Amino acid sequence: MELTREEILRYSRHLLIPEVGLNGQRKLKESSVLVIGTGGLGSPVSLYLAAAGVGRIGLVDYDVVDSTNLQRQVVHGTSTVGKLKVESARARLLDLNPMIQVDVYNVPFTSANALEIAAPYDVIVDGTDNFPTRYLSNDVAVFLGKPNVYGSIFRFDGQASVFYAQKGPCYRCLFPEPPPPGLVPTCAEGGVLGILPGTIGTIQATEALKLLLGIGDTLIGRLLLYNALDMSFDFVNLRKNPKCRVCGPEADIKELIDYEEFCGVPGHDHESGSAGADWDISAPELAARLQSANPPLLLDVREPHELQISWLPGALNIPLGMLAARLSELDSAREMVVLCKAGTRSARALELLVSAGFRRVKNLKGGINAWAREVDQNLPVY
Amino acid sequence: MNPVKVLFFATLRHQAGVRSTEIEIPEGITVRQLKERLVERFPGLDWQVMDHCLASVNQEYCADEDIIPPGAEVAFFPPVSGG
Repeated sequence: MELTREEILRYSRHLLIPEVGLNGQRKLKESSVLVIGTGGLGSPVSLYLAAAGVGRIGLVDYDVVDSTNLQRQVVHGTSTVGKLKVESARARLLDLNPMIQVDVYNVPFTSANALEIAAPYDVIVDGTDNFPTRYLSNDVAVFLGKPNVYGSIFRFDGQASVFYAQKGPCYRCLFPEPPPPGLVPTCAEGGVLGILPGTIGTIQATEALKLLLGIGDTLIGRLLLYNALDMSFDFVNLRKNPKCRVCGPEADIKELIDYEEFCGVPGHDHESGSAGADWDISAPELAARLQSANPPLLLDVREPHELQISWLPGALNIPLGMLAARLSELDSAREMVVLCKAGTRSARALELLVSAGFRRVKNLKGGINAWAREVDQNLPVY
Repeated sequence: MNPVKVLFFATLRHQAGVRSTEIEIPEGITVRQLKERLVERFPGLDWQVMDHCLASVNQEYCADEDIIPPGAEVAFFPPVSGG
């Protein structure tokens, strides 16, 4: 595919590098990359691949932009809050480079549609925010024989690799089984440094570009571990797991499975904020109960630094991670309402309390954020 | 006894309260047995996280049943899922 005069001018700085040059830039124009997720990682990945002149970029996401995204999801903007993420991202990418094609899939990436969506693309980039979709994109890449450029982030720590079963290990070679539900906090629960996905996402974009051009040494067979606080980059050499169930010699998983069932969690990083209808109490109900003669004890299981943002008077603070060790401080005879930011950690705390014999416990549905929306608008939502 | 250096990453670092430690282990013990000893030595370490984390010996990926060689550097990395 020939480059136009405009393209030759636009990609001038690439054409000057011998490893890219005119032939490499033509290759990029003929190439295609599927970016799964247009969030923290998908933002820099799609922006830089668009700018670099990858001819066709596919974007999969079914979410809408909200203002808590903008601290890190730089492909979106204040003007696109409330709009579909794939449409918000497409407009930005085409503004950056109108000479490429951007395909959008405004659907959840699931076992039912994943193979069909991914089949036309040369490289898959995993920019998802949850374990079920990570296992799904890995297995899709293995079954279609394509490289899967992996990146994952939490707080100050990031990981990146290229999983390409034809030449090296896959994600399942490293992590045959997902962690138990709730063990690994999500960014919505635990937070993330806004710049971290920029660092990891640009590494993913670099790896995708190298794969398309066939240059350099990629992260196939290596896992990069980055820590922003230490500014440390560590590498672990990986190997194919001979017992891998999707890419090993005796693989027994030959088609996509139910990944939400496999991981025991939903395929999105959204907080339901509920412990189940029998265990929930709404913010207005709690407000009424607190006015009664026998108000329940409030147990706030957030981290101490979160109390500086918002708090309920009289609440006892025991962070979720310390609850098991501090159960003796609680009176199981007294009625208790457990709360956190949005109701996810408190639902987990409630499970722990119930299994320890507490019966008079309720979960504040939607957390202190629901209280701030429905009861006390002077409190901020975060 | 076999001296090994242990490195903790991400949440394990907070749980253990240290970035690294030196530990004497009998020769021939496995990565899994080392994990068990570390959980005894650092009560803050969550066994479930240790059980599901990735381990490397001398910067090479290793499985739970691998034997730790003398003088090795063993690192533990918890899984992360954010994006």
